[in-house]
Amino acid sequence: MRRYSAFAIAREALRHHTGWNRAWRSRDPKKHYKVIVIGAGGHGLATAYYLGKNYGIRDIAVLEKGWLGGGNTGRNTTIIRSNYLQDPSAAIYEKSRSLYETFSQDVNYNAMFSPRGVLMLAQTHHEVRGYQRTAHANALQGVETEFVGPERVKEIVPIINIDGPRYPVLGALWQPRGGTARHDAVAWGYARACSGMGMDIIQKCEVTGVRSDGGTVTGVTTTKGDIACDKLAIVVAGHSGHLAGMAGFRLPIESVALQALVSEPIKPCMDCVVMANTVHGYMSQSDKGEMVIGGGADGYNNYTQRGSFHHVEETVRALVETFPMISRLKMMRQWGGIVDMTGDRSPIISKTPLGNTFINCGWGTGGFKSIPGSGWAMAELVAKGEPGPLAAEFGLDRFREGRFIDESVAAGVAH
Amino acid sequence: MLILQCPYCGIQCDETELAPGGQAHLKRHGPGSSDEDFEAYLFDRDNPMGVHFERWRHANGCGKWFLAARCTTTLEVFGTYSAQTTEPPAEIADRIRARRPNWEGRT
Ligand SMILES: Cc1cc2nc3c(=O)[nH]c(=O)nc-3n(C[C@H](O)[C@H](O)[C@H](O)COP(=O)(O)OP(=O)(O)OC[C@H]3O[C@@H](n4cnc5c(N)ncnc54)[C@H](O)[C@@H]3O)c2cc1C
Ligand SMILES: [Zn+2]
Repeated sequence: MRRYSAFAIAREALRHHTGWNRAWRSRDPKKHYKVIVIGAGGHGLATAYYLGKNYGIRDIAVLEKGWLGGGNTGRNTTIIRSNYLQDPSAAIYEKSRSLYETFSQDVNYNAMFSPRGVLMLAQTHHEVRGYQRTAHANALQGVETEFVGPERVKEIVPIINIDGPRYPVLGALWQPRGGTARHDAVAWGYARACSGMGMDIIQKCEVTGVRSDGGTVTGVTTTKGDIACDKLAIVVAGHSGHLAGMAGFRLPIESVALQALVSEPIKPCMDCVVMANTVHGYMSQSDKGEMVIGGGADGYNNYTQRGSFHHVEETVRALVETFPMISRLKMMRQWGGIVDMTGDRSPIISKTPLGNTFINCGWGTGGFKSIPGSGWAMAELVAKGEPGPLAAEFGLDRFREGRFIDESVAAGVAH
Repeated sequence: MLILQCPYCGIQCDETELAPGGQAHLKRHGPGSSDEDFEAYLFDRDNPMGVHFERWRHANGCGKWFLAARCTTTLEVFGTYSAQTTEPPAEIADRIRARRPNWEGRT
């Protein structure tokens, strides 16, 4: 793998850009791999990357039924933050945020991580108390956040209306080191680095069955034939229930649609991310100038990657109230992704009832921010067969034992 | 826009009039049941790609709960029926089989 650098750009400029290689190899699957990862979204690719980097396991195939990053990893609104309430969440999301800080150097691919700051508005007294509590919890967890008053909010985001008719802004939880990154680049960067370590990234290869012998996995059936493996990692977000069915177990997960939309590009007007959980909307501005907007998830099971229009309407209504200047903006594109929702709104990184089979799912509406940390923790689980400290609390057994990691109150809106 | 007919008032409701309520026909397990059954009742869900039975409430209407059979990959609605049932009625099952010959029934 040729390194990307300023020097490489200069060199290629001199020879009419004839020397760039493909970012990752495409090939047909081998008969056997030590580890098969199902799903080439960010979490699957990060799992493969850290298996190679941290544990020296490189005989790996990542199987993807569509194209790389075509799932939620390429559909999200790229908010990165780690201001969660519960300790296990703060640990893994903060690990992830800190890995994003060095991602571009580490994988040698520019993911344009932009720690522009994330502001979560408090618009009810209940929310004020909730976020004050989160700020205290974050202080104990070593996550840098601050509860700020309405004047400071107006200073950070001059275009905001803090005296809204329904829900005036009473304050906000401010995480200055949160921000955004380029989602495709995260998938592409990991894929290129995995390919560089000798792993196979196989697109248009759908897993249609999981084969096992005596309660232990032996391989998978795919649209490109049977492939054997010693260990299997299922990392397919919205399709987790479907894959778990193939592997013979059930999950506490429902798959629903979550939508986002972007406006026509305008001049720079907002240099941080603002989330308004009470009114159900959030917004940031992309480098191209588009306002990137998201809101609440649909309430019913759906695999179509299309959502209901009234949710878009609800989101836009909320944001026009919060940012009156956007009321004349045209919306250019709108899309949906299928997100995997668990009962306590926290993810699952776990062993499964099938031997040597591991699952990483349940990131729901908020798993872009966690891609590096989740891959890190999942790689440890797959390599050692037992979860390390980051993953330990996120096992499937927590539902039986009632050890929920309840973030549904801390994050009222999808992001 | 998803449109379901409320079996009580007979109105064609668009989804803004309705509140979704998750999987239907859950078998209730309470005190005295095994941990596995209780966990499954509270958390494990079918979540199929295909035919799904679910609860809906005519929230901005008569306020009653009813059940619907729907396809999660095409959003086709096979029918709605009373919530006072433990199994989908035969006519709903027939309609599903007519449209989905490979449907294996409720498992
Ligand atoms: C509209 C929207 C906005 C969002 N906004 C944010 C945000 O601002 N911040 C944030 O942190 N998170 C956000 N999220 C959530 C985030 O996108 C996801 O949690 C995250 O991308 C999940 O990554 P993943 O790798 O697990 O899944 P995916 O990227 O969906 O990857 C799973 C892959 O598995 C493949 N697959 C499925 N079945 C099979 C099979 N049988 N065989 C082979 N491959 C298969 C799929 O094709 C897919 O590519 C948002 C999500 C959506 C939809
Ligand atoms: Zn009714």
